[in-house]
Amino acid sequence: MMSMAAPFRYAPLLILLLAWEAATTFGLISTQMLPHLTTVLASWWDLMVGGELPAQAYRSLSRSFTGLGAAVVLGIFIGVSMAGSRAFRLFANPIVQAFYPMPKSALIPVVIIWFGLGDMSKISLIFLGCMLPVVISSYNGARGVNPFFIWSARSLGASRAAVAVQVVLPGAMPEILNGVRTALAFSFILMVSSELVIARDGLGYLISTFGESGSYPAMFAVILTVAALGFIADRTYSAFMRYVLRWRES
Amino acid sequence: MSETRELPLAAAPSEAAVRQDASRRARLRSGQVTDFAIQASVLISIGIIWEIASRGGFVHPFLLPPLSEALMRLASNAAAGTLFVDLGLTLYRALSGFAISAAIAVPLGVMMARSAPVRWFFDPLVSIGFPMPKIAFLPIFILWLDIYDTAKITMVAFSCFFVIVSASYAGTLAVDRWQIWSARSFGASERQVLTEIILPMALPQILTGFQIALPVAMITTIVTEMLMGGRGIGGAMIMAGRFADSVGVFSGIIAIALLGFVVIRTLEVIRRRILVWHAEARSA
Repeated sequence: MMSMAAPFRYAPLLILLLAWEAATTFGLISTQMLPHLTTVLASWWDLMVGGELPAQAYRSLSRSFTGLGAAVVLGIFIGVSMAGSRAFRLFANPIVQAFYPMPKSALIPVVIIWFGLGDMSKISLIFLGCMLPVVISSYNGARGVNPFFIWSARSLGASRAAVAVQVVLPGAMPEILNGVRTALAFSFILMVSSELVIARDGLGYLISTFGESGSYPAMFAVILTVAALGFIADRTYSAFMRYVLRWRES
Repeated sequence: MSETRELPLAAAPSEAAVRQDASRRARLRSGQVTDFAIQASVLISIGIIWEIASRGGFVHPFLLPPLSEALMRLASNAAAGTLFVDLGLTLYRALSGFAISAAIAVPLGVMMARSAPVRWFFDPLVSIGFPMPKIAFLPIFILWLDIYDTAKITMVAFSCFFVIVSASYAGTLAVDRWQIWSARSFGASERQVLTEIILPMALPQILTGFQIALPVAMITTIVTEMLMGGRGIGGAMIMAGRFADSVGVFSGIIAIALLGFVVIRTLEVIRRRILVWHAEARSA
């Protein structure tokens, strides 16, 4: 099953797309509700050539990755420190536990109050939403590192910082990378959600303006683009993950 | 596609290695009480710092209204009953979307693991659907189903769907073949194999899927309420934001945090109840 050729493997997707085109062509579904697939593709091409879609995608993705990048750096630092220091764990754990169950999209009105409607509100929302999965996975990963490795390194004269960077971090890496994958998914959800609610620019803004003006083929084209970007980001990331973890026996 | 997509949850640390003898355990328990006291005091101090920062003018009260004012607003909304209407509607939408999704996704995931044609058709679709930001499809659901509860609940169900399918699929695939074969050789019918062997064995992973999907359902419900208006805690918060009523926004945040906490904890309790027989219950 695994070695199935790609065309055969993705044949169901093709069937679905053909069914879409057929349903609209034979009038089973009104094109007001579901535009022709070919029309959607044509308007996608127009948006690409016109430069509108790449420009807005760039704005969205740059915000998304800025927030995610900051969350990954700080999240790993907090998670590993929580595992390494009891005092810090006692300080940070209640905050993590209190924020963990909160649906992060509820912070949208709060970041609007704090940072207005510009870039900063969306970046900080993505940052806050992505940080907890990274903190929790880094903490769990760092706690799971074999203490003998840490003791050996310490007894061989490694400083606490050297142990954290050279022993704990590589040992915790598989879990950390999994947490970052969750955070990557969150960054896309929060990016689109915030751009739909605070519609100023970006892909979410394109979707909502096309929707409101009734240009449904363009709306569908942008939605499918967002879905494809989320899929590509996840696949690229998991290829990167496999590359980084190639030293592990699977 | 055999990779399991288990997302990490905030699992309670199980520092089980130390629990050897009774005296140690007693010492550990007193240590846990101290830990709990310290952690509770951290949260209380944050509340106090919040209050002082806002009252003392260190932070503009519009950016961070005093905690006491937010709590007072929460209390008055609770007394007026509007708080429970909003929270109830949000919870109703999140849970019904989640339930509809689970009712379709669990059987589909199990069937994908059990039947090659079903797997052939759905495996690529699920692996594409899983990482997509589902919330982007919201305008399509608005176009098809208008802006009321049907569209909101459908959106929520769609957002949970792929997570639950993947968990049920992976959980069923991981069931030990030997146990299925032994049950068959003892004369169990296919139906019995399904209900007595496969479903119980796959249950821990299905429940993990639920534990990931339910927070997703809450996130999605709140975004749909913010975008489509109407009652519900998300709608109430975005209205408060539009009227620059920051006390309303912060009291909404506190209400949502409490609701999220109750929902997630309830699911953890249900998991422990259902999986009493499972090895994980003994180790925890």
